Amino acid sequence: MRRGSTGLTLVSGLAMLFLYGPILVLVLYSFNAAHLSMAWRGTTLKWYAALWHDEALLAATANSLFIAAISTIGATVLGGLMALGMERMPLRRQQLIEGGLVLPLIIPEVMLGVALMLLFVMLKMPLGLTTVILGHIVFNIPLVTIMIRTRLRKLDPALREAAADLGADSWQVFRHVTLPLLRPAIWGAVLVAFTVSLDDFLVTFFTAGPGATTLPLKVYSMIKSGVTPEINALSALLLLISMACVALSLHLQRREV
Amino acid sequence: MATSSTPPFTASEQSLSSTPPTIDIRGIVRRHGAVTAVDRVSCQVRRGEFFSILGPSGAGKTSVLRMLAGFEDPDEGDLLIDGQSMLGVPPNRRPVNLVFQSYALFPHLTVFENVAFGLKMRRVSAALIAEQVRQALTMVKLLGKEARMPAQLSGGEQQRVALARALVNKPAVVLLDEPLAALDQQLRQAMQVELKSIQEQAGLTCVCVTHHQEEAMMMSDRIAVMHQGRLWQVGSPREVYERPCNLFVSRFLGVSNELAGTIGPSVGEDRLFQPTQAEQHPFTVRTVSTEQAGRSATLSLRPEHIRMAQERPSTSDPLLYGRIEKVLFTGSETKYLVRVGRDRLWETRMTSNTSLSSFAAGDPVFLHWSLADARLFFE
Repeated sequence: MRRGSTGLTLVSGLAMLFLYGPILVLVLYSFNAAHLSMAWRGTTLKWYAALWHDEALLAATANSLFIAAISTIGATVLGGLMALGMERMPLRRQQLIEGGLVLPLIIPEVMLGVALMLLFVMLKMPLGLTTVILGHIVFNIPLVTIMIRTRLRKLDPALREAAADLGADSWQVFRHVTLPLLRPAIWGAVLVAFTVSLDDFLVTFFTAGPGATTLPLKVYSMIKSGVTPEINALSALLLLISMACVALSLHLQRREV
Repeated sequence: MATSSTPPFTASEQSLSSTPPTIDIRGIVRRHGAVTAVDRVSCQVRRGEFFSILGPSGAGKTSVLRMLAGFEDPDEGDLLIDGQSMLGVPPNRRPVNLVFQSYALFPHLTVFENVAFGLKMRRVSAALIAEQVRQALTMVKLLGKEARMPAQLSGGEQQRVALARALVNKPAVVLLDEPLAALDQQLRQAMQVELKSIQEQAGLTCVCVTHHQEEAMMMSDRIAVMHQGRLWQVGSPREVYERPCNLFVSRFLGVSNELAGTIGPSVGEDRLFQPTQAEQHPFTVRTVSTEQAGRSATLSLRPEHIRMAQERPSTSDPLLYGRIEKVLFTGSETKYLVRVGRDRLWETRMTSNTSLSSFAAGDPVFLHWSLADARLFFE
């Protein structure tokens, strides 16, 4: 028993190291004073400071945040309505739609990116911020729908009946019972959608035009001219934001109202 | 289970006073696919009455309740509350409030907000809401717990909140769906008494759905026994217990000691009953029907109507011979399982502290009863 758990701890530890080792190294080196070198030359925060003076980088950050914000709002509204609408359908149709819904999540993202690009070109839409936002809404809708739907299905249907029984019309039932009870799931979905949008590379790569460079695209183009400690610092910051968002989202969803 | 072919209950029993009934159910039918969940049910509930629909699970009683609440619509028939047809009226416009089996308290609202919900929907002023919620919480003895969340309350307290949330709206009818099913035995008995006293004190009209016969008998003014979508009998608890209309009702409402046999010739005003079991002698039965001799019937007796004796009693009461097979001491009462035939075990009861209770397993006994206590059912 005791030995079994020690072995398990060891294996888990190695797996964690394999998963997070590279990230740890990256974060560590973002504090390395050495330029273009793997040798450790002392601790510094200068690369983080340098980020603040890189005009192109700040523009990319602004783009990323803008795209994430707008696409999150769009995906949450559409995905939320989708979840609510699906619940009223017969079970067979719900399952059918659910199958179609997860498709964007399982097909290779490259395909989704190329398909969206072709579509926009066909529609003669100039590639830019708008197309990136639309692309991000596409892959975020399933995420949002599934998260809100999970919560919706866990709600006791008697709660909505009780509200109606107590004199609430269908809008009041939604406003006073369904919506408050869905709130943790909605905020959870918002944070996940925001994170996924912020981190996305492939769909963004295919749907972005000039002037729509996002942070991941910027990092990619910077890396072509060599890994600089500045990129390490930027990645560490992105990592921090993503982790915070996901942690908050998990916390919100776990909390039972 | 063999039920007699007695036609389902019709509304003839109702002796209506001058005031119209609070609820008037007229031949409602409800189908779920091929299954007829509710089959031509008619009954009326008077103002201030505690009316229970009693039946085993799947009897269709919850469907009746849901149709009264407005969550389902009858496929046929009509349903009136205070003289108004409720067909097509949505739940939020009906003068009824339902206490859900699961209580269905809003988990994100405090006790106060839960109870205030109905008043808030009707846009009652905040001052009036505070006053009426306080009154309702006083009635269910929950004053001082307004700020609690439902999850912080015990099962019994949640039950009270659910009740307060319904009666604060002063509905024409309070609907109760298995109101005490989720509570443990002791709490359940205490709440039966309390629920009944709240109902009487507030003059509420209640329709309660339950599968618990003792609960229904303790709380109700009248009971409707439902089985397989039909209403078999409506009457006071004493009526349905002592004069069940068929074997199903007899068995469902308590222990029914039965004996199969055939009707024999007349003996004065009574008839002779020949038990199918050869070892039992014929005895007299009282029956209003003028059945032909030779027709098979089933005799049914409640345990408390049977007396036991070691010596052959010197009365002219109907009599059976049996042998005690088991003695079950339950505290205040002792139950005896007496074999009266190859496949017939009867249950009798005796107060535990009588000096007479010197019966032991294996003893031969005579069972006798008053002529009027036995019920006869024809197949």
